[in-house]
Amino acid sequence: MHFPRYEKIWLAIGGGALAVFLIVLGIYGFGMGFNTPHDTQTVDAQTISQNPNFQPGVKQTGPNRYEVTIVARTFSFAPAVIQVPAGAEVTFRMTSADVVHGFEIPQTNVNVMVVPGQVTTITHTFEKPGNYLILCNEYCGTGHQLMQAQLQVQ
Amino acid sequence: MAAVEVPSSREAHPEKQGGPFSKPDANLSLAHFIVVFVALVLGGIAGALQAEVRSGTLTLPAGIDYYALLTLHGVVMALVVTTYFIVGFLLAFSGHLLGGELKPTPRLLGWIGFIVMTLGTAMAAIEILLGNASVLYTFYAPMQASPWFYVGVTLLIVGSWISGAAIFVQYHLWRKEHPGERSPLGAFMAVCTFILWDIATLGVAIESLFQLIPWSFGLTKTINVELSRTFFWYFGHPLVYFWLLPAYIVWYTVIPKIVGGKVFSDTLARFAFLLFILFSVPVGFHHQLMDPGIQSGWKFVQVVLTMMVVIPSLMTAYALFATFIRAGRAKGQTGFTGWLKAMPWGDVRFLAPFIGMVGFIFGGAGGIINASNQMNAMVHNTLWVTGHFHETLALTVILTFFGASYWLLPALSGRKLTPQMNKLGILQTILWTVGMVIMSGAMHAVGLLGAPRRTSYTTYQNNPLAQTWVGYEQWMAIGGIILFIGLALMVYNAFRMIYGAPKGYTEVPVADIEEEAGTPPAIFEKWWLWIGITVVLVLIAYFVPVTQMIQNAGPGSPGFNTWNFGR
Ligand code: HEM
Ligand SMILES: [Cu+2]
Ligand SMILES: [Cu+2]
Repeated sequence: MHFPRYEKIWLAIGGGALAVFLIVLGIYGFGMGFNTPHDTQTVDAQTISQNPNFQPGVKQTGPNRYEVTIVARTFSFAPAVIQVPAGAEVTFRMTSADVVHGFEIPQTNVNVMVVPGQVTTITHTFEKPGNYLILCNEYCGTGHQLMQAQLQVQ
Repeated sequence: MAAVEVPSSREAHPEKQGGPFSKPDANLSLAHFIVVFVALVLGGIAGALQAEVRSGTLTLPAGIDYYALLTLHGVVMALVVTTYFIVGFLLAFSGHLLGGELKPTPRLLGWIGFIVMTLGTAMAAIEILLGNASVLYTFYAPMQASPWFYVGVTLLIVGSWISGAAIFVQYHLWRKEHPGERSPLGAFMAVCTFILWDIATLGVAIESLFQLIPWSFGLTKTINVELSRTFFWYFGHPLVYFWLLPAYIVWYTVIPKIVGGKVFSDTLARFAFLLFILFSVPVGFHHQLMDPGIQSGWKFVQVVLTMMVVIPSLMTAYALFATFIRAGRAKGQTGFTGWLKAMPWGDVRFLAPFIGMVGFIFGGAGGIINASNQMNAMVHNTLWVTGHFHETLALTVILTFFGASYWLLPALSGRKLTPQMNKLGILQTILWTVGMVIMSGAMHAVGLLGAPRRTSYTTYQNNPLAQTWVGYEQWMAIGGIILFIGLALMVYNAFRMIYGAPKGYTEVPVADIEEEAGTPPAIFEKWWLWIGITVVLVLIAYFVPVTQMIQNAGPGSPGFNTWNFGR
């Protein structure tokens, strides 16, 4: 197969840029723990309200570390109001009691899927105090546009 | 500016009455196009209403649900309009290139495919309109639609397999009659397109037949949700290449003819298409980057494979640019940009696909952002994504299809593209472009600010951030109205070209191959080899994570109807 010379140059530049891009992406992903959800733990969505390990609420897990357990169900999040201190490392641990929901905090990197039967965890540090909107960004039924919660960073 | 020389070749074919297609072939393809343009009206009405509703400009009367409209819009636009256009176009095109007309078996298969697809489409549409299937075109479990919705979607896909088989048979018969000859480029590409489609749709077929249909009929009580999402996206990504490849067929084989040039390199064009088959299937996880239940390593493997499509895309960009430059030189224009002066801007058959190409430069860049693990967190499930596929699908692909309609429809109906129709076509192209740039631009912008997609009008109880989104949503509404006018004009033009334009001969513009292009290696048409490599890549990318998903399956989920609690 014959590639014209300029096309070779073009593909070499393009392919090289792509390789650099993928390496950077990989280093960020693995090296710096700046990652997407990857929990493979499962839970029973049908009995979630009786599950002692999945009671909604905020728990301190270390100096300046918090774990927030969240259950999503049409069309609300429990807890509906979450309070954490500014600068703390917050891990959200979530599942759904019914259909698939989304968990998005606009203007942050927190944006994940909440799937029944699976546990989604994502960690974020909120440096700036204030009230953050939490919204469901996966269509879940007629009241989807109402599904929200509030994060108060103090 | 070049004068419009659109209906050029009447003299060249004085012997042929009507058009370049036989009557039965023309009828078969026109049946598909009639569905396309009727469906566009339905989808367009839904789209325009959505754009108004979600900006708060309009409130739907009680009883009409935003999400029922959105399901209709998504299914009609993403699954019906595209599939029917592609099947109608490629049946006619490959028949034309491979011996002049379809043989009896492929023609029969084409009709069977059409009937099965149409049965399925009607079933799905009825269930959506009855409000039994407001699950959007991705129908994520465990929301559970009426079983007939899933049966309908499955029939649509099975029908398209039969139509694809028609193209395979036509190609096979041609090859038997022409031993040792290389197949026409456009036909080779049509075969690639349907190989890709058959491999891709296996995912959604498995999801439907083994998960959704038995579960929605009550034969099984629960469903493995993450597994069903994985099967869906195994299909959902190559779906976009199924849309794109026919547009590339127009770019590679038709556009050079219209600009007065030749196909730059037949061999490299074929190679690019083969690479698209390889690298568009094993990549669905980039739609599940934010899903739990899949280890990061496997997500990254698929992100890498996703990015490989950059290579054939760059090859395509190069080939098109080279074609334009050479066509420009042939008309005495030199330099890097001189070709711009030599292009037939006044010819809708060129202008519409060309705008599509330009749109795709931006669309492709946006796609790289979407598919990168971390950047995806910014835009996942926001209106950015909706903006992205209106740019790539509704601007790039659909505008290319519209542009092709201006020669394909009159060629099929044995009529002519009149200069007035060409002018209307230019107007329609401009309306579509302006509308799409406004709507999709606003969607991209508000998506970056965090506004979720697939969401009816809301300010989240007057949340200050969400209130800043409304202004952008109003721009979306304005773009939506312009688009709707453009769409209505296209539908008018289409029916005019099918039923009303003056009779005459319209050629199928297929470009010749550049002489020094060389012969493609015979290995290119050893299809089982390419299918085999694709299967290996699919196994590498999916075998382990899917096995884990099945082994670690939790208790499974019953079905929910969360849009119509009365059912
Ligand atoms: C009149 C022209 C059009 C208008 C006004 C329009 C408007 C819209 C709007 C406002 C949405 C987003 C709603 C939301 O996420 O809440 C949407 C979604 C969508 N549109 Fe369009 N659109 C048009 C044409 C098209 C075309 C031609 C296609 C493709 C062939 C298309 C494919 C889609 C798809 C696949 C979705 C996603 C549905 C979903 O998220 O489930 N649209 N459209
Ligand atoms: Cu929701
Ligand atoms: Cu994709």
